[in-house]
Amino acid sequence: MVRFENVGMRYGRGPEVLRDITFSLNAGTFSFLTGPSGAGKSSLLKLLYLAQRPSRGLVTLLGHDVSTMTRADLPALRRQIGIVFQDFRLLNHLSVLDNVALPLRIAGEDGPRVRDNAVELLEWVGLGEKLQVRPTTLSGGEQQRVAIARAVISKPNLLLADEPTGNVDDHVGYRLVRLFEELHKTGTTVVVATHNKSLVNRFQHPRLVIENGELTDASGVSRVS
Amino acid sequence: MPASQPVLVPDNEGAGRFLPWVIAVMTFLATLLMAGALVTDTAIRGWSTSLTGTLTVEIAADPDADMAARVEDAVTLLRATAGVRDARSLARDEIALLLEPWLGQDNLIDDLPVPRLIDVQLDAAHGLDIDRLSRRLAERVPGARVDDHTAWLDRLVQLARSLQVLAAGIVLLIGLAMACVIVFATRAAFAAHHDVIEVLHLIGARDAYIARHFQNHALAMGLRGGVAGLLLAALTLLPLGYAATDLGMPVLPELLPPPLQAATLLTIPAAAAMIALVTARTTVLRALSRMP
Repeated sequence: MVRFENVGMRYGRGPEVLRDITFSLNAGTFSFLTGPSGAGKSSLLKLLYLAQRPSRGLVTLLGHDVSTMTRADLPALRRQIGIVFQDFRLLNHLSVLDNVALPLRIAGEDGPRVRDNAVELLEWVGLGEKLQVRPTTLSGGEQQRVAIARAVISKPNLLLADEPTGNVDDHVGYRLVRLFEELHKTGTTVVVATHNKSLVNRFQHPRLVIENGELTDASGVSRVS
Repeated sequence: MPASQPVLVPDNEGAGRFLPWVIAVMTFLATLLMAGALVTDTAIRGWSTSLTGTLTVEIAADPDADMAARVEDAVTLLRATAGVRDARSLARDEIALLLEPWLGQDNLIDDLPVPRLIDVQLDAAHGLDIDRLSRRLAERVPGARVDDHTAWLDRLVQLARSLQVLAAGIVLLIGLAMACVIVFATRAAFAAHHDVIEVLHLIGARDAYIARHFQNHALAMGLRGGVAGLLLAALTLLPLGYAATDLGMPVLPELLPPPLQAATLLTIPAAAAMIALVTARTTVLRALSRMP
């Protein structure tokens, strides 16, 4: 599913922000990516959701060697990856419903089935009454749930969440992780990045610990030899 | 369910706000130049049509000579020449009418040594050796000179064609300037929407999908500006054309192109819209290519 071998990454000509990252995640696993702020969690996630390419090493996602893929091939791969951004990144000029339906429309689907799927997901995250409102009128927690619904509408094989609990209290954070667990039960591979150690400790999922750009612990996660 | 909003709405608040106006002004200028080129083309064809198949024999005024006899001799010789269909001397009234744009309606012609003119119609079926005719006329009729119009017509056509090339060059420059303005406006819109574009990119939008929103917006603005510019040009040209016709000056060519040619001016707003579309698309695709 996901395989990193001696991966390094730098922004432009700057220093390496990730060094010698090696691990693999099997299909259908749930993992935490944790570490202090600035350790490199977001950079690692950017490699996973193809916002960056590695400056060295080998990254394999969903059976594709990312370093050898052409730029034109990447959108199809991105559609198999759901992302929940730390700052939600909803499109404020669109309704909640249109935001959630967006990945399907981008993929060329349209019509009542798209709407039905979006409505069903919004009801699942408890926002069935707010289909037509703009994201700016929602609370942080509600926006978070819209972002989750958008991330999962195209039934991604890999779901990534960047600090999904960063803007909510511990109770809501716990419920959000439970929501990701529900998705995981449907077979989706889930990676949740968080610096909240106490939250991570409440669950028994494998964790990737990253510190100062290096993977220091991969408890329960395969370390590629 | 209300209709879905467009995913990307390039703004009308930033640099793009002025784009239709800029396109309108450029279309206006291009239309004026194109109309000028068409009018010139019509004038050239008019001159060529009216002067091809004719020549003029000019007999210099000589106060001591019998001008009527000289004219008669020349007409007789001309009518007997193979390749000449008809030869007719112009009456003094007709000569006065020809000179009216320069001399006015006062009868100054009586006080001036105005040459006598013979209008010669050629027979297209027979060739005519103009040099030989000139020599024969000069021998028989003192002061006679053949003007087959080609020399000054060639110079006039050359000048007109040069003006047309100049107009085409300026239209091309206008098109390039329009493209530059659209590049800057598109870049500004791209920067203003970078966050949205990045989200679309990361959730799997292809470059063409994102570019389509910009190109459609540019197309709409190009069409709006183009049509406005064309209307403005029409409002400028029509009164000018009618005013020129009302002046009744034969030396002034028609300032309005014929309807069929004028219809080609409709392609200018379409061209402006296409420039806008292609430029916006190219600019966005180039900017997107810098994203991973």
